[in-house]
Amino acid sequence: MATVVQVERVKVTVKDLKGKVDPDWCPGCGDFGVLAALKQAIAELGLQPHEVLTVSGIGCSSNLPGYLNTYGMHTLHGRAVAVATGAQLANHHLKIVVTGGDGDGYGIGGNHFVHAMRRNVDLTYIVMNNQVYGLTTGQLSPTSIKGMNTKSTPFGSVENPINPIPLAIAAGATYVARGFTGQQKQLVELIKGGMQHRGFALIDTFSPCVTYNHDNTHEFFKQRTRKLEEMGHDPTDFHDAMEKGCLWGEVIPIGLFWRYPDLPALDQLEPVLGEGGPLAHRPLGVAPDIAQALVNELM
Amino acid sequence: MRRIDLAIGIGGAAGQGIATPGDILARIFVRRGLHVNAYNAYQSIIRGGHIFLTLRTSEQPVLSHGDKIDALMPLNQDTMNRHLKLMRAGSAVLFNSDTVKPGVVPEGVQLCPFSVKTLAPTIKGDLVQNTIALAAILRLIKVDFEILEEILTLQFKRKGTAAVAENVGVARAGYDYAATHFTSFPFSLPDTGKRLAFFEGNQALAMGGAAAGVRFYCAYPMSPSSGVLHWMARHARQLGIMVRQVEDEIGVINMAIGAAHTGCRAMCATSGGGFALMSEALGAAAMMEIPVVCINVQRAGPATGVPTKTEQGDLWQVLGAGQGDYPRIIVAPTNIVDCFTLVPTLFNLVDKFQCPGIILSDLLLSEGRSSIDPDELDFSVPIDRGDVIGLNGDGPPVNGGFKRYLVTDSGISPRALPGTPGYVHVVATDEHDEDGVLISDEFTDPHKRQAIHEKRMRKMDGVLPLLPAPELHGATDAQVTLVGWGSTEGVIREAMQQLAGAGIVASNLQVRWLVPLHADAIVSILSTCRKVVIVENNYSGQFARYLRSETGIAADGHIRKYDGEPFMPHHIVDGVKAILAGSTKLYVPVHEIQV
Repeated sequence: MATVVQVERVKVTVKDLKGKVDPDWCPGCGDFGVLAALKQAIAELGLQPHEVLTVSGIGCSSNLPGYLNTYGMHTLHGRAVAVATGAQLANHHLKIVVTGGDGDGYGIGGNHFVHAMRRNVDLTYIVMNNQVYGLTTGQLSPTSIKGMNTKSTPFGSVENPINPIPLAIAAGATYVARGFTGQQKQLVELIKGGMQHRGFALIDTFSPCVTYNHDNTHEFFKQRTRKLEEMGHDPTDFHDAMEKGCLWGEVIPIGLFWRYPDLPALDQLEPVLGEGGPLAHRPLGVAPDIAQALVNELM
Repeated sequence: MRRIDLAIGIGGAAGQGIATPGDILARIFVRRGLHVNAYNAYQSIIRGGHIFLTLRTSEQPVLSHGDKIDALMPLNQDTMNRHLKLMRAGSAVLFNSDTVKPGVVPEGVQLCPFSVKTLAPTIKGDLVQNTIALAAILRLIKVDFEILEEILTLQFKRKGTAAVAENVGVARAGYDYAATHFTSFPFSLPDTGKRLAFFEGNQALAMGGAAAGVRFYCAYPMSPSSGVLHWMARHARQLGIMVRQVEDEIGVINMAIGAAHTGCRAMCATSGGGFALMSEALGAAAMMEIPVVCINVQRAGPATGVPTKTEQGDLWQVLGAGQGDYPRIIVAPTNIVDCFTLVPTLFNLVDKFQCPGIILSDLLLSEGRSSIDPDELDFSVPIDRGDVIGLNGDGPPVNGGFKRYLVTDSGISPRALPGTPGYVHVVATDEHDEDGVLISDEFTDPHKRQAIHEKRMRKMDGVLPLLPAPELHGATDAQVTLVGWGSTEGVIREAMQQLAGAGIVASNLQVRWLVPLHADAIVSILSTCRKVVIVENNYSGQFARYLRSETGIAADGHIRKYDGEPFMPHHIVDGVKAILAGSTKLYVPVHEIQV
């Protein structure tokens, strides 16, 4: 049998959380800011690398788990939330962070995204929203603004974008925030808040693409974003949260829109998890008396 | 002693209550130790349409639902009109003469009309005719009334003593009426003294999963696989299994992969359409080297196809599911006991080789019901989790440098579960190096790609020696060898018996493990066979093409059926005769029942 190791809770620093390789993102990419904020949040929360599982899909931002020294899963395009849901239910002692882009989460992964929020799965989902497809070299994304010129919309997009904030609140997410990589301190706090929140936390994060999005740049957000905490916002007021979530123009709010801590997370509602620790660590096999009862049902 | 071979047909519209008399009859038979095989031909409809349940019993194992009907319960005119040509001489048709007109029956068939208005004048509702017909059939096969009374009492207890009294009274009237007006069958049902279990293939698959230690089961409802979900959901709390209904099949397989990665044995089931959605993720499981089991209960395709009808049309889908080459293990259970026992076996294999495993069932096997000796449901199966670190939350001390995808001779690399201190790593669906680092992000290196791809694929070399080779059933010098795969085993074996009666010696090679395939063993068996005929439930001869691609063997003849209904034994008999006579190389039977 395996030896039980007593792990000392050594203090984990941001440096300890550096992954095996350095990011290959374009210089100036907003995703560097998300990676830095996530490391900072993990360190400040005092989590050990093995206690965290980072799950991503496919896209520039989905490469993030490889740049981080925690357990990681780099899954298929759009499927990170589904994989993370399975992992969370199977081992609810893991702290699971899902990372990815707007195309990955709001486009191809839209179905899993909505249903994970409805179920209030205990996940922290950081969407690096750059409003464009980067890794496929610049096509329209679900959050691209109307009129945007991209390789797939060379004459301007006629479609309306998704607004993830009111979508998430309506779908049942219990922690809904928006960050901006130009506001690192706030972003760290939002991620920490999401990871401490028991339930589904969405942190949609403006993470500007320096290569393919010349509309929604760092400068664009710097001029328009305003912190909700400076706007007298009450994140427990549903109507206020929806209203602020819909603002898009000269003022774009960032911060915590909505928080509903009273709703139990899915794993807390599941009687099978009631006792006995994570499913993944439980012994296999059916007790003889139960096996006999199962057979008796057929007689 | 005369061998009992009794087939009872119950037909009507959906909602007319066909299942209940069928269940009662089956229970009576298996409690006497009689074997039962039941096949329900139904439609994708909740009310109306036409449903026909065939329930066949014998003191010997019943291999298929057979060719003929001995007792018919037509609950509506439609059933009377459609099924009389299947009636055997000496058979009986029991019907409510108030609503159903007798049809023209073959010689020797007894018409047994009864009037519900006369026998149960005060009772409302259509279900009363079922109770009367059931009681009358039991009288014809000389089952004591007390046995029916006991079952009806149990069934209606919930509704109060008045309901019990009413139903028992109606049954009594039907039973007594049959005694004085109809001629009984010339045999009595024996009692072997050994009670049997009776269940459907989907239940067997689910129970096999429970025995294997499945802790996470998820699915999206899809006929004909939903029975697995229903059993799992019903027993989830009793067995400590997490059961989830997911938004779509893409979510299903990815959720199962997530659960499996943390160390749970995870399983899911679907049919061909759902399986198609899962394809990409099965490749992902293979790429990340995560063991997961997926059941595909085939129905007639393509597309939505015929949701309530059977087919073996997904062989090439599962052989080629997903992009690229990847290790996968595919097995097709050949009978209901297989459905139970193969699940733990497959889990041990996928845990050992860290790859996806696919079980290819079909509607006939999964929704068909059979009796089995309860001793065959042995839950104390060996469990081998393979080379895995952290099953209890901890692993042996490690001083860094854990390589998740360590290149080894066997291709198997030790797997560490998330949460285990000291083994932090990333698994990836992108091609990666031994330590999980993406090759495309480091630099594209053809040598690394080749080495890790070969490592993954090499695992398959270790699987084949662990699988039993298929064996020839019957005489080695048979005139004809019937090759089948999966669910057709029973009906082929019964056809062999009928062929023997007609002076034709046949043998059967039934293939269970499809990938990897024991090609050499198959070649050595079939190379000495006189005539090879492949029997399968699809249009294009999917197994014939697979066999040819893997062994170079081209069969001498083919018997194929793709109308949605399963083979009846005589279809195969007729096909063999036609092929042996040289009149055709491809025989496609015309199904008699117009369901």
